[in-house]
Amino acid sequence: MMLPVIFIIPLVQLLILVNAANMEMKHIKICIMDNDLSSWSRLITGKFGNSKFFTVQSNTFSMEEARQQIENGRADMVLHIPPGFERNLVRENKAKTQLLFNAINGTVAGISNAYATQIIAGANREIIMEWYGNPKTQGGVAAINIIPSFWYNPDMNYKIFMVPAILVLLVTLIGMMLATLNIVREKEMGNIEQINVTPIRKIHFVTGKLLPFWIIALVMLAIGLLIGKLIYNIPMLGSLPLLFVVAGIYLLAMLGFGLMISNGAATQQQAMFVMFFFILIFIMMSGIFTPTDSMPHWAQTINYLNPVSYFMRIIRMILLKGSGFMDILRDFIILLCYGIAVITLAVFRYRKVS
Amino acid sequence: MKHFFGFVRKEFHHIFRDRRTLIILFGIPVAQMLLFGYIITTEVKDARIAILDHSKDETTRKIINKLASSGYFIIAKYLSHEQEIEACFRQGTVKEVVVFEPDFAQKLQNEKMASVHLIADASDANSANLIVNYTGAVINDFIAKENTSSALPLQIISEPRMLYNPELKGVYMFVPGTMAMILVLICALLTSVSIVREKELGTMEVLLVSPLKPLQIVLGKVTPYIFLSFVNVITILLLSNFVFGLPVRGSITLLLAESFLFISLALSLGILISSSTSSQQMAMVASMLGLMLPSILLSGFIFPIDNMPGWIQWICYINPTTYFIIILKNIMLKGLGFMSVWKETAILAGMTLFLLGVSTKKFKVRLG
Repeated sequence: MMLPVIFIIPLVQLLILVNAANMEMKHIKICIMDNDLSSWSRLITGKFGNSKFFTVQSNTFSMEEARQQIENGRADMVLHIPPGFERNLVRENKAKTQLLFNAINGTVAGISNAYATQIIAGANREIIMEWYGNPKTQGGVAAINIIPSFWYNPDMNYKIFMVPAILVLLVTLIGMMLATLNIVREKEMGNIEQINVTPIRKIHFVTGKLLPFWIIALVMLAIGLLIGKLIYNIPMLGSLPLLFVVAGIYLLAMLGFGLMISNGAATQQQAMFVMFFFILIFIMMSGIFTPTDSMPHWAQTINYLNPVSYFMRIIRMILLKGSGFMDILRDFIILLCYGIAVITLAVFRYRKVS
Repeated sequence: MKHFFGFVRKEFHHIFRDRRTLIILFGIPVAQMLLFGYIITTEVKDARIAILDHSKDETTRKIINKLASSGYFIIAKYLSHEQEIEACFRQGTVKEVVVFEPDFAQKLQNEKMASVHLIADASDANSANLIVNYTGAVINDFIAKENTSSALPLQIISEPRMLYNPELKGVYMFVPGTMAMILVLICALLTSVSIVREKELGTMEVLLVSPLKPLQIVLGKVTPYIFLSFVNVITILLLSNFVFGLPVRGSITLLLAESFLFISLALSLGILISSSTSSQQMAMVASMLGLMLPSILLSGFIFPIDNMPGWIQWICYINPTTYFIIILKNIMLKGLGFMSVWKETAILAGMTLFLLGVSTKKFKVRLG
């Protein structure tokens, strides 16, 4: 019964979550409103059409219609090239294009804007070259040539960013949730009384309860890594043994938290809710989707207490960038102390008498 | 009717007695709103970058100062070798390295063109993209100011306008999602667990032989949760209005009516789950995996549905939360009226009728 579950859960999570949790902007639906219809405006709209990030959804000439497209969700953005664009560009040396975004999802809008700006800048360079022939002599004005390069992930594949995060989620849920519910179930059913009157020492009881989940979670991680490699071909640049050592330590901390919750909860429902609450906050603050650097300072300080954020950072560093032991030394030591502290405290606080 | 009210009162007592669950119930939306409002942002702020300046002249120093004072970046390191870049990224201390080519100022002076290389750690692709874009903007801005005497030729200025959410705040997206999530949590999960508990403990038999009709038992069970849901919806709306300055742009009556529709849908899902499961744990797992996860991940709450592969989009479109979130966004954020959401409303209403039909039927079967 348990065995198929161990295989199926990581498979389903990796298949559905990785595909669903996708901030990769590949099909930004754009509505083009080209009121100039000049060769240069066509150059720009053509660039959007050819870009792998944008899908041209519709063409229109009226602002009314363009806004409606955004309102009913048929377009995510509008590119508006006003009439006289090319003429202004030649006569006044500058011309405007307007970009309208549906910014309810601020992240998506921000990233779409970044891509759109890059495309327009590229078109601008081409236009300048076409006009002056040679980019180096653009009318005697100095320019800086900006060459971006994206290391570790030149294709900007969001999935290789997400797979390690889903693995963290998997290990956390299995390790913490199953262990906690298991102990609380004994309590709710009344079995715990029977165990409490046996001569078993509490350290043995707790170890006996937690160790299977510790092992199961690590096995899940191995299976998850295998699936990630087979399906998504995620890079594994660093040392896998190191990753498993870190995961083992991380699980100590999470199992410790689970044990503390089970100490306080009387029913499975309570335990479930308390856990749901903490896991939600831990995971959201861990940098799973958003960089932790852009959080306010007080939140970054709180994050020192968030075990998930350490593991989230380390697993990505090891897998995607090939970081070695010395690179993660600081996080490693903190996580180690933290894990030992939490699990010791939890075991110490566990009472055999109810 | 008196019996019925007595029963409802008992249910309220049950709920209020479990303080811990109650606190969490109200804590989740508040914590989530605060988290998303203040903490979860993708904007570039204080991104740590390193500089590799092969030229070390007046111009590069000026650009570096500009980058440092822009507020987007913290210059964490100065490198002297290309080889150090890799180590920097591996330690995760910086997210981007700005490399100036040798004789930068001279080239800019003589050849009117100098190169700067932006190397980003794209293991986080989206942040890398934003950071590179911001760096480019700062550098372009610098050169444009240097050139004030002779304007840049043929410059295309793109003016972005962010509709509905000019400051790109995360709350705008998370208010509708949080509302949908908490309604699923209370209505589907709690209701199913509370009904199954009666079954598991054997007290359901007692209720069934009482003078209450089966319909009244179900209604009595769900009434307190309807009440709790509305309190939560109003808490969320007040928080978003007073703490985050996000008013409801459309009609509040319409919003509450749509919420009520969704609440009935979630309740019928909860009743359905409770009549198909026999233990609390099963009910919990079914509502967590079958309802909570999809309503967070497969509903357009956090991740845009258009990005997903086709077969997952299908799942999204049979997920009622998807429609509720569209409705909420249209009413709350875009300020549109009923005409813009009638299709989604009709789908939700249809789903509710169907589920209510199935669940009452199943409930009756169990009684027989």
